[in-house]
Amino acid sequence: MFEYYLNLFISAVFIENIALAYFLGMCTFLAISKKIKAAAGLGVTVIVVLTITVPINNFIYIYFLKEGALEWAGLPNSNLEFVGLMCYIGIIAAVIQILEMFLDKFIPTLYNALGSFLPLITVNCAILGASLFMVERSYLFVESVVYGFGAGVGWALAILALAGIRERLKYADIPEGLQGLGITFITVGLMCFGFMSFGGIVL
Amino acid sequence: MSKTREVLLNPIFNDNPIALQILGICSALAVTSNLYVTLIMCVALTSVVSLSNLFVSIIRHHIPTNVRMIIQMTIVASLVILVDELLKAYDYESSKTLSVFVGLIITNCIVMGRAEGFAMQNSPWPSFLDGLGNGIGYSLILIIVATIREFFGSGSFFGYEILVLVQNGGWYPGNNFALLPLSSFFIIGVFIWLLRSWKTGQIEEPEYRIARNNLETKEVKPRI
Repeated sequence: MFEYYLNLFISAVFIENIALAYFLGMCTFLAISKKIKAAAGLGVTVIVVLTITVPINNFIYIYFLKEGALEWAGLPNSNLEFVGLMCYIGIIAAVIQILEMFLDKFIPTLYNALGSFLPLITVNCAILGASLFMVERSYLFVESVVYGFGAGVGWALAILALAGIRERLKYADIPEGLQGLGITFITVGLMCFGFMSFGGIVL
Repeated sequence: MSKTREVLLNPIFNDNPIALQILGICSALAVTSNLYVTLIMCVALTSVVSLSNLFVSIIRHHIPTNVRMIIQMTIVASLVILVDELLKAYDYESSKTLSVFVGLIITNCIVMGRAEGFAMQNSPWPSFLDGLGNGIGYSLILIIVATIREFFGSGSFFGYEILVLVQNGGWYPGNNFALLPLSSFFIIGVFIWLLRSWKTGQIEEPEYRIARNNLETKEVKPRI
């Protein structure tokens, strides 16, 4: 049993890396990766938010939205899957708001470190994407916790690696038009090649 | 009139959402292996971004600042659900191929970015045009990328075979690299390069300049 969850975790981090294999959360990935410090802060925030929101959305999906899920309320024929998107994004926005208030009140040091990244996370497709993949693959509750955490770790790993490369890259002599965004795109393309090699691993 | 034109045409080359504003890149990569699917995505995104701009702009005086993100999100989410259901009803095959990416229009930064950055300050008609312009600027890059990928990857254009593939008894061994989503990183990178060689104002200033290799100066400075 433990082995199964470990496999799920490893495949979420490496084989199905949410940034480099599914290209989600790319906007923040490219925009906030100039400095390692900022990238690390953002990475930790994504891990925390994903570990909380994916299981909550999983709970909502299984007990409210899924076909026939409202049987406990005496409505066996219900199917609310079409409002799923609105629910997930609402939950994500609410969780981020609550997290922000909670950190502000109880852990101010962490709030100062993460504060400015939290609102950005609401519109990060990696967060919503992970919830949608969780629904598409119909994970159970524990699986969704492991998957959320793994997906977050994978994304954080990818943005840290890119920030590391970009910090070195600024000393390179790059053609004028390719400076900045252009070369970053090509770098990320090469990183994806690297992560493709994990695709051959069978767990 | 000229202002209207500017609002509509500016995002296409001068202030392109993908090439300059770093918005909406995720979907640009994953859905561009085939021109037909790309076109559906472009139409979906353009309609969502222009309509959400329009509606946000209409109610902009009644939105309290504290909860504006959630209200914008709700408007966008309802439009996306509408698009998703329409697509499932009329073109089920494409909706399967696009899978989660239609849903991800909600978090596509172009939509939120334009609602927040333009529609909250401007009247409905210019906001609608701004959304349309940004949608077209996004579509332009997506269509270029998809054309290149489909042509080199499967030797066809819009599904019509131009270069006959080896598997179909022709001579063209399809370029599998172009079929991988990551090839679009390289195509967009080169596109940005070309665009910035043309519009030189968009070039980013490097943080660090390498000293010229000058033979006259005897002193050799160590490079970091």
